[in-house]
Amino acid sequence: MKLLIKGGTVIDPAAGKVVEKDILLADGKIAETGTDLSAGGVEVLDAGGKLVAPGLIDMHVHLREPGFEAKETIFSGTRAAARGGFTTVACMPNTNPVADNAAIIAYIKDRARAKGAVNAFPIGAITRESKGEELAEMGDMKEAGAVAFSDDGMPVMNAGLLRRAMQYARMLGLTIISHCEDKNLSAGGAMHEGYMSTVLGLKGITSSAEDVMVARDILLAEETGCRLHIAHVSTAGSVRLIRAAKARGVKVTAEVTPHHFSLTAEAVAGYDTSTKVNPPLRTAADVAAVKEGLADGTIDVIATDHAPHTVEEKDVEYELAPFGLVGLETAVGLVWTELVATGALTPLQAITKLTINPASILGLSKGTLMTCADADITIIDPEISWTVEPAQFAGKGRNTPFTGRLLKGLPYATIVSGRIVMRDGIIK
Amino acid sequence: MGLSGKDLLGLQFVPVEEIKLILNTAVPMKEIIKRQIKKVPTLRGRSVVTVFYEASTRTRVSFELAAKYLSADTVNIAAGTSSVSKGEGLKDTARTIAAMGADVVVLRHPMAGAADMLARTIGAPVINAGDGAHEHPSQALLDLFTVREKKGRLEGLKVAIIGDILHSRVARSDIWGFTKMGAEVRLSGPATLLPQETERMGAITCASIEEALTGADVINILRIQKERQQQGLFPGLREYSQLFGINKERLKLAAPDALVMHPGPMNRGVEIAPEVADGVQSVINEQVTNGVAVRMALLYLLTGGGNQHEITH
Amino acid sequence: MIKEKAQILDKEGIRRSLTRIAHEIIERNKGIDNLVLIGIRRRGAPLAERLAERIKEIEGCTTPVGILDITLYRDDLTTLAHQPLVRSTEIPFPVSGKKVILVDDVIFTGRTIRAALDAVMDLGRPKVIQLAVLVDRGHRELPIRSDYIGKNVPTSSKESVLVRLTEIDGEDKVVIFEPPG
Repeated sequence: MKLLIKGGTVIDPAAGKVVEKDILLADGKIAETGTDLSAGGVEVLDAGGKLVAPGLIDMHVHLREPGFEAKETIFSGTRAAARGGFTTVACMPNTNPVADNAAIIAYIKDRARAKGAVNAFPIGAITRESKGEELAEMGDMKEAGAVAFSDDGMPVMNAGLLRRAMQYARMLGLTIISHCEDKNLSAGGAMHEGYMSTVLGLKGITSSAEDVMVARDILLAEETGCRLHIAHVSTAGSVRLIRAAKARGVKVTAEVTPHHFSLTAEAVAGYDTSTKVNPPLRTAADVAAVKEGLADGTIDVIATDHAPHTVEEKDVEYELAPFGLVGLETAVGLVWTELVATGALTPLQAITKLTINPASILGLSKGTLMTCADADITIIDPEISWTVEPAQFAGKGRNTPFTGRLLKGLPYATIVSGRIVMRDGIIK
Repeated sequence: MGLSGKDLLGLQFVPVEEIKLILNTAVPMKEIIKRQIKKVPTLRGRSVVTVFYEASTRTRVSFELAAKYLSADTVNIAAGTSSVSKGEGLKDTARTIAAMGADVVVLRHPMAGAADMLARTIGAPVINAGDGAHEHPSQALLDLFTVREKKGRLEGLKVAIIGDILHSRVARSDIWGFTKMGAEVRLSGPATLLPQETERMGAITCASIEEALTGADVINILRIQKERQQQGLFPGLREYSQLFGINKERLKLAAPDALVMHPGPMNRGVEIAPEVADGVQSVINEQVTNGVAVRMALLYLLTGGGNQHEITH
Repeated sequence: MIKEKAQILDKEGIRRSLTRIAHEIIERNKGIDNLVLIGIRRRGAPLAERLAERIKEIEGCTTPVGILDITLYRDDLTTLAHQPLVRSTEIPFPVSGKKVILVDDVIFTGRTIRAALDAVMDLGRPKVIQLAVLVDRGHRELPIRSDYIGKNVPTSSKESVLVRLTEIDGEDKVVIFEPPG
């Protein structure tokens, strides 16, 4: 089975190059790259005027299976990924039961192989049931295929326990992904604490709820030598702390979500529950800081924190609504509209943060267009303008704050292991 | 002119002209309350549904009387707080109300944004009778009415709001209302009970209670809830009373003819000394009467009233 | 701009009508004992004041004058998209047991008077209510008649009667006009 991608502008972050060339895929691998490639009788995909990149990787999604299949399944979530241009996702362990042992990790991998439209790699829990009490069997989970460890939305509040988890993860050579939130500081909060929380009368989550935990986790990573990845950075304080840590050689990486670089707490006006997300949408100064962090390399990765919920769960009073929004199908549009079109990032920088950087944090041999690499490819049309319509999403969740937003830049095709799984919005 | 919005959810977005219209319409309504026969046929055949997810006899009765004086039929739905915590309550209630064909819905709810949510769900006008710590616009309007009636104006007055601003919907609505009408609003309370960035709302946060009170024309004293102490937000009622309670001595800092207001119910001897609550400067009882008049005006205007229209003889 | 078809009364005509009505009121009620005048907003109010002046000139005694706002009593509120501005009713005396003279500028369908009767009844129980109008233009929709009439003006239903008074409009006159469209 062969596929020839012709005429596109190829962005290869591993090589650090943007050149016009053709790519021939064969047997699920990249067979050849070069100008004016031709091969008799193979299917040709015309990528003229489009960008050809390694398959995008979203290292922070919630596929909800097992346990919360009404919100999303591996089947629906990986289709959302395909439609959003992602060939690989890493899914968080807050399923039911929690992915805190080898059996669940193996189950998720099996389901992903059987039902997934794209590659899905499970992230294991740090502690049993993510309760923050006892270490989960991280070694077993690594054997079963876990690519990192995180308790995500249930951050380990006990610093001593997290320290031991870091020592253990270091031994296993895997990364700890930290959702930085001091639950005592954030308790009961529904949005960013500031002018908008005052006006709306909603309990606020202060920026320091994130900052103090980023500081703590960096210090523990520095001491233990464990690789630490800070999930969904939302504050200027976090960016500052991570920048300083990197400067002194701490093995810390960080991600930001499209909603945290696109929206501020002003979006909460009107109490649209699709703006309720954790960490919360912050201020314009915070947005500027994360964009600066993206530009100067402090923030390595763009990840969506795709968190689908049912309409019924979100259609309640703001305080009662669950945190989270769906991001897979709007990510590329937001990256191009908010970062590339504005000049905050070059296309190469943006693609780097969506491919090779997350691949290297998770230890995946992906995110490159070198010969013999996996034939995972995303083709993006950077010029097309489109309007976000949740009814057209392939995923189950409709909880997006971007409904009706006009975006520029859309994935044109998603190719996984040499096979076109999405073309022009249609999933095959 | 009439009101431009379908609902009254808060004062934040109500234009000054419409606030004036409501206050002006409340003047003839107050005259009706003072009559022997307190009833006009204006809203005959209309139904006003009050939905209270929090017990508040005072506000509910005020709205019910307002509706009855205008000859509307009233129904109260007292929804338990248990159904709210399940998260089913409001949506189900909204569907029921829509099916019953209520003409106006008055909602009290412990969560901010509940009135916005109800207003989006149903076609009938919604009056927010207090949603969490968000807004309580009819209370602020009756405060404005009371002050305007007593002082003859609102512009240029100095209004001090004292107490738990953080959790107070009355404070928020008062800040919007008084600043829109040209008054100066000063805030004072325990540092842990002051919300962020109130200066962007147009209010002045004072460094001390003395600064807030000095020369004030109006002192609006908020209720301090014991519950906040249990949540660790302030050390205790005794100390609160020492630091922020309005007594005769503190009252002397204000203008000699300053009005003392309280949205009720009062904790006498805590945030307000009994001699201040019952003193000559207190207009707390007047506020209750004016509440009915202002709510009559709101019911009238939200059912379409206020358009100047020459009558046919 | 409305088109005036004919002027029915000028300043002098209005004055003479009111003087005659004042005499008729005194005569019919055998004096002014217990008499009160209540003008219906807006133009009934200055007319009531003027009648009170005339009565004082004739009888030498002051008759109490009140102003009635009937907005909240209108029967067309539910059919109007927007409701009229409510103004205050200012009747600083009890009406129970009184001879109430309602005063308005024009009587047409009778609906305003119906509303005014309800409004007055809600204030108390008058001994009698009589009605004085400057112009009766016919076309009644209710069994209501006026006791004192300045001028009967037969009109078509397309026409309208406009009363202008110095206190409100800066001039005194009554005209018939046809509204455009």
